[in-house]
Amino acid sequence: MVKLNSKIPEGPIEKKWSNYKDQQSLVNPANKRKIDIIVVGTGLAGASAAASLGELGFNVKNFCFQDSPRRAHSIAAQGGINAAKNYPNDGDTVYRLFYDTVKGGDYRARESNVYRLAEVSNNIIDQCIAQGVPFAREYSGLLDNRSFGGAQVSRTFYARGQTGQQLLLGAYGALSKEIKKGSVKMYTRHEMLDLVVVEGRARGIIARNLINGELERHAAHAVVIATGGYGNVFFLSTNAMGSNVTAVWKVFKKGSFFGNPSFTQIHPTCIPVHGDFQSKLTLMSESLRNDGRIWVPRKKEDVARLKNGEIKPKDLSEEERDYYLERRYPAFGNLVPRDVASRAAKERCDAGYGVGETGLAVYLDFESAIERLGKDVIEERYGNLFQMYQKIVDENPYETPMMIYPAVHYTMGGIWVDYELQTTIPGLFAIGEANFSDHGANRLGASALMQGLADGYFVLPYTIQSYLSDQIGVPRFSTELPEFAEAEKQTKEQLEKLMSIKGKNSVDHFHKLLGKIMWEYVGMSRNKKGLLHAITAIKELREEFWKDVRIPGEINDLNTELEKAARLADFLELGELMARDGLDREESCGGHFREEYQTKEGEALRNDKNFTFVSAWEYMGEGKEPKLNKEKLEYEAIEVKQRNYK
Amino acid sequence: MDFKLKIWKQKNAGSKGKFVNYEVKGISSDTSFLEMLDILNEDLIYKGEEPVVFDHDCREGICGMCSLYINGYAHGPDAAITTCQLHMRKFKDGATITIEPFRARPFPVIKDLMIDRTALDTMIQAGGYTSAKTGGVPDANAILISKENSDLAMDAASCIGCGACVASCKNASAMLFVSAKVSQLALLPQGKPEAAERVLNMVAAMDEAGFGNCTNTGACEAECPKEIKITNIARLNREYFSASFASEL
Ligand code: SF4
Ligand code: FES
Repeated sequence: MVKLNSKIPEGPIEKKWSNYKDQQSLVNPANKRKIDIIVVGTGLAGASAAASLGELGFNVKNFCFQDSPRRAHSIAAQGGINAAKNYPNDGDTVYRLFYDTVKGGDYRARESNVYRLAEVSNNIIDQCIAQGVPFAREYSGLLDNRSFGGAQVSRTFYARGQTGQQLLLGAYGALSKEIKKGSVKMYTRHEMLDLVVVEGRARGIIARNLINGELERHAAHAVVIATGGYGNVFFLSTNAMGSNVTAVWKVFKKGSFFGNPSFTQIHPTCIPVHGDFQSKLTLMSESLRNDGRIWVPRKKEDVARLKNGEIKPKDLSEEERDYYLERRYPAFGNLVPRDVASRAAKERCDAGYGVGETGLAVYLDFESAIERLGKDVIEERYGNLFQMYQKIVDENPYETPMMIYPAVHYTMGGIWVDYELQTTIPGLFAIGEANFSDHGANRLGASALMQGLADGYFVLPYTIQSYLSDQIGVPRFSTELPEFAEAEKQTKEQLEKLMSIKGKNSVDHFHKLLGKIMWEYVGMSRNKKGLLHAITAIKELREEFWKDVRIPGEINDLNTELEKAARLADFLELGELMARDGLDREESCGGHFREEYQTKEGEALRNDKNFTFVSAWEYMGEGKEPKLNKEKLEYEAIEVKQRNYK
Repeated sequence: MDFKLKIWKQKNAGSKGKFVNYEVKGISSDTSFLEMLDILNEDLIYKGEEPVVFDHDCREGICGMCSLYINGYAHGPDAAITTCQLHMRKFKDGATITIEPFRARPFPVIKDLMIDRTALDTMIQAGGYTSAKTGGVPDANAILISKENSDLAMDAASCIGCGACVASCKNASAMLFVSAKVSQLALLPQGKPEAAERVLNMVAAMDEAGFGNCTNTGACEAECPKEIKITNIARLNREYFSASFASEL
């Protein structure tokens, strides 16, 4: 049995990271050349890790399923990246960023990791500037900042509404430099389908070449998973179409624990769902909440009149509008954290005050901001977002308020890792959104980019060496080892089995059904009965899928339906684990809202006595119930309080 | 809405392709172009046929993975958007829509509408970055950059690497793509130390990959979903001439 050891270094919180670095073992330059590392994924975490490890002198193999590393979905992050620079002189410190992140995560994150994240945040901004990332500037030539949800200081750096793109292209540049140099070998259109474990250590992967369908074996001294989150288990989410859980799920089944699987972030400001054939949801950056005011009509008659077109939103006076976030949370107003904003929108819509075709939308209104600042300023700040909205919805947000509704956006849960970002399988590391991360039960805006780059540039390149320092004597592995043959055989059998079903229904048919179950019962609010139902319903759906899915084409060819089917097979198992985790956690915290546990005002009610832990699920084998292990969370630097944004 | 579709089908890089006719019916005008293709593909799967293969991922106009040459336009007839942002309301009910892959010699077809754009990565690898290594860099505010230059750099940096500029150019030139990166870094003090080497290496890589020359037709700018300006090409030329002049001395 694996025992959870989070390996938190000694000393006071502000000394832990430097103490760790003072004492850790490193690999000397001559030995680095003898060591191979596989990095799966090329988003902010994967690209920055692969580039940094290459710079240090390791041999890196980097994999992505897209046609180029620059496509990874980090590219779509809009709003910004946090750092404790305190350039605006508004009182920010490393401690405050740390504190806000732990509080924002509703006290379910590991203190020492979050502190380190806040500590390295400033280095990230410096690094990006050196790469030529064009962050927004003031007329003085200095960097500009804006505010984001869950904070009372302006600490967010941004590049228009395309911050993720610019940061990813910075990391992609660094990666390209290493590819040119030969220290990183890039494998595009390759998908990891299994992990190879030799004598208890991660030693390689099985990857499928998506162009010709061939299975390939790749060996290394260590494997790093940087494949992002699993929001697509909901079918509709803001994730890219290809984002999937497969790499994460396969390592779970090989022995890595899965941390907090039910912690999902539902983002409050997305474009509402419009029809049955919708393939994905589009986010409207949270930064819009800086200037936009969220409201619904105060009276139900007005809801009806809006719906039948009798009146326009503009026709309602201030008194006839309910700015419910400003009403409920006067201190933070429209800038409350995401989980709070999402639930408040759901509450209004469930109560019958929602607007739009389906009644599942609220207004995000820029009228008063345009009056106060002028259209030019708003255009300069959000021009591309307004354009994006108009292209999709065919309405002009300068003239009529946007309609928004919450959508699945990010998963705080992921592979359990210790302080060194190592999983419960020695030699296997997980970084970025793929790990269970520093965000606890809710991630603050502009913190995902920070964590991805912190892990990839400034944490993993150090901590991985502590593992590798005793691997320098281990010669390169042969992919002829029986463990590789066995993993390849199992992968091949799974794909053949999928192809042989030749059922009646398409992959998307099953994926949509899974999405419905997840959204209904494991979504924004959950209860015992629903979660129990979800567990059975997902099991049944999974059986149906394995009996009835239809995949055209050949196995040894480019086959997009087979790719989707293999990913869905894993989502169909993951969904059940998410429901189980949600069921076990009998409290409400952050994005996990259990209807049975709420305050009189309808706010999330934590149960610190019984649930101040990370759920780390262990795979026990096919058909067996997974086992729950607990990592107890100790708070030394922070006093645990009821979250209050009022 | 109903549409007749004329879609390029090609088994693989080696085989010859041809147009195949399809029909889709009852499409809502709010459907995106790629969702319309999803509907077609679902239909084909239920009929036991192979779906049409096309590249896509983010579906919000930022990853650069979608392509498609629609009715003679890269990313379709609407301006300043990618194919994934195109909606069916832009087409007339009953219309025939022709869908082809981006065509250019350096972008071989992989299957149907899916193409290989590795050549774009190769050009970036030739020098589309600053060589700053992780760590040991100055404070972010140590060097001031005028808002104007920073904004211009951001305009250029918005390129999503889709290759529509190449597909729209009769010479299959990648000049707009290369100039966007060269410009971004030439406009910033951090890019200056390597500016000369960068422009020479990237242009050499472009020639080597088989992209054609730029004859200033401006087709690239017109089709670029991110409205990358052709003035970047002028800046590249200036950079290139001063760099080659310097290297001859
Ligand atoms: S310059 Fe425009 S058309 Fe060319 S690759 Fe970049 S975004 Fe695409
Ligand atoms: S799919 Fe990403 S830009 Fe179109």
